[in-house]
Amino acid sequence: MARKLPHKDVVVVGLGWTGSILSYELAGAGLDVVAIERGPWRDTPTDFPPTYDQDELRYRIRHELFLRPAQTTFTFRNKMDQTALPIRNWGAFMPPNGVGGGGVHWNAETWRFLPSDFVLKTHSTERYGEKFIPHDCTVQDWGVTYDDLEPHYDQFEYLCGTSGSAGNLKGKIQEGGNPFEGPRSRPYPTPAQPQPFSHRLFGKAAAELGYKPFPQPSGNLSQAYTNPWGVKLGPCSYCGFCEWFGCGNYSKASPQTTVLPALILKTNFKAFDNSEVTRINIDSSRKRATGVTFVDTSGEEWEQPADLVILSAYTIFNVQLLLLSGIGEPYDPVKNDGVIGRNYTHQTISDVIGFFDKDNYIFNPFISSGAIGMCIDEFNGDNFDHGPLGFIGGGYMGQVQTNGRPIQLSENVAEGVPAWGAKWKQFIRDHYQSTVVPGTGVHASFNSYRDIYLDLDPTYKDRLGRPLLRITMDFHENELKMNAYLTDKFAEIIK
Amino acid sequence: MQFRRRDILAAAAILIMAQRSGRAEIIEGRAPWKPRAANPPKPAITDRFVFFTADEVRTVEAIVDRIIPPDPETPGGKDAGCATYIDNQLAGPYGSFEGLYTQGPFQNGTPQQGSQSSLTPAAQYRQGLADLNGYCKSKHGGKTFAQLPDETKDEVLGELEKGSVQLRDQDGKTFFKHIVKDTREGFFADPIYGGNRDMAGWKMIGFPGARYDYRDWVSRHNERYPYPPVSIQGRAGWTPGKA
Repeated sequence: MARKLPHKDVVVVGLGWTGSILSYELAGAGLDVVAIERGPWRDTPTDFPPTYDQDELRYRIRHELFLRPAQTTFTFRNKMDQTALPIRNWGAFMPPNGVGGGGVHWNAETWRFLPSDFVLKTHSTERYGEKFIPHDCTVQDWGVTYDDLEPHYDQFEYLCGTSGSAGNLKGKIQEGGNPFEGPRSRPYPTPAQPQPFSHRLFGKAAAELGYKPFPQPSGNLSQAYTNPWGVKLGPCSYCGFCEWFGCGNYSKASPQTTVLPALILKTNFKAFDNSEVTRINIDSSRKRATGVTFVDTSGEEWEQPADLVILSAYTIFNVQLLLLSGIGEPYDPVKNDGVIGRNYTHQTISDVIGFFDKDNYIFNPFISSGAIGMCIDEFNGDNFDHGPLGFIGGGYMGQVQTNGRPIQLSENVAEGVPAWGAKWKQFIRDHYQSTVVPGTGVHASFNSYRDIYLDLDPTYKDRLGRPLLRITMDFHENELKMNAYLTDKFAEIIK
Repeated sequence: MQFRRRDILAAAAILIMAQRSGRAEIIEGRAPWKPRAANPPKPAITDRFVFFTADEVRTVEAIVDRIIPPDPETPGGKDAGCATYIDNQLAGPYGSFEGLYTQGPFQNGTPQQGSQSSLTPAAQYRQGLADLNGYCKSKHGGKTFAQLPDETKDEVLGELEKGSVQLRDQDGKTFFKHIVKDTREGFFADPIYGGNRDMAGWKMIGFPGARYDYRDWVSRHNERYPYPPVSIQGRAGWTPGKA
């Protein structure tokens, strides 16, 4: 039987970016706020100090800062007629864990969506006709526009201290920025980061091909910054241990470096860590949430009543919690009705690796930051004519290499070079300094489809006996075509 | 030029270390900082083997020395401590699937669904090494892997890589991939974990290791970074009297 805690105005489920910003705003408005976080409290001096943060094995390979699959995972299948199996250890995609959420380990690439992204359905139909969107693609307009969100993008960038070069100031195109971006009301709060050698070369090559390269907007700061909530960040030191790692240097924008120090001082805010919300409680009308139930590390169950319940965990866990709590109508892809779990999407990523002449190029790839890089936006969104190409969507591309970490980089050899032995060793020795591995070189869209969705798994359970969330997802023809087209364009620049 | 597409949920076998054992706490009024609450990595045990038997040590050292062979400039996997690294990893959370999802039912899936094996890395090595030596003995006149000449060792590893060596309860190809990955980690991970002895792997490629501040260097292009690598534990020269 759950023990009941005193009533609060607001309970926040998940203390990452969204949870911490909302907690700050709502506590600032005078409401009593409690946040409940599944993972531990995390902070720079205890969890990722510069005395041992630079550890590729611990943080990148073994995923120290991420959720343990033993705590919860999800099941996965490509097609509806397959049996979904549990992800037993993380592959390419893994959820974070703990206070700060994904804001701890992210690259801090701080882009805005394009104005046309918000109205993709209407925009594509008007430009290319109704039949252009694939028939099973369920893309919709967002319901809010770029103009609605601009003040909030601006507020977030000034919270983070984002480093970048504006491309469109109040409708006026700026030299050196992204000419395709929506109009911004102010310049970035800090100037763009200086670019290492390979990143600058990419910018040069792209410009020679007639593109308009610009520095990627970065939450790794080019200089010290104090944000509007009085929290201070330091300048980035280009350590090359950024994404998958916490920042030991207070120079990557995260809840820890921009929000939590101010939030924690508020007397009407508190947080429970290592506590997992198991259910949203609803009243007998089934229309109103009355609070949440959670378990702590000893297995004890608690009830936290509140007027307002905010779901600010990662999307798929928000969906799982709604389904487990019996809220809303679960999506049914066969009948094509219901809402919860519908229109799940992800991203497409591809890469082209460039092996340069070892006698003429020393890239020092370890000098980098998580969101460094020179990018182009010519092939993002609807910035190019899709008419003759037969697909929708796109992405940005660039030399955005974040590191020279050798365990992972030593996987990359040219065609015909073996994966082990003397030839492998010689290749790595010769080419480590002259190889370009952009990583997320082509970072592109993934539209929603009728057969890509989330629901509860019929077989596999988490440690508390609750069904795991099941992901059904596969690339569609449109995404493969789009990705192949963009990757070819990217390869031309790398060459 | 090489082209590579990363599919979501690629089947990379990636495991997880134990994190600090957190108990639920209430955080109110200040950040819950305590002195000495940090959790630095535990140095590997390097003066003896803690998981492998003496026979296994001979086999593993022979394997890692073919995956990364010695040459006049750089030591091979054996002298770089790759076997010591793998030994420590198998004795720890990596070896036992700690933190992973191990509930049944176990069934084979597609490559996109990741590893569905119920055999822990520790068990994979224990069985796999024995099976490999059994294969060598039956094919090469009773000799174990370590007793074979280098060219024959490479042939055997090539057969394992191709999947033509039968192992009990596991796929030889996958086992070989794990060994290659683990050996590379032993060559390039921080020396605190028992491999990359004397930072040999880092020196070979010019990686400066656990350095943290390149502000003076970010705009110096096409110029070799001149400073030697450092480990999380520092560098021998910084602690006189300690090798």
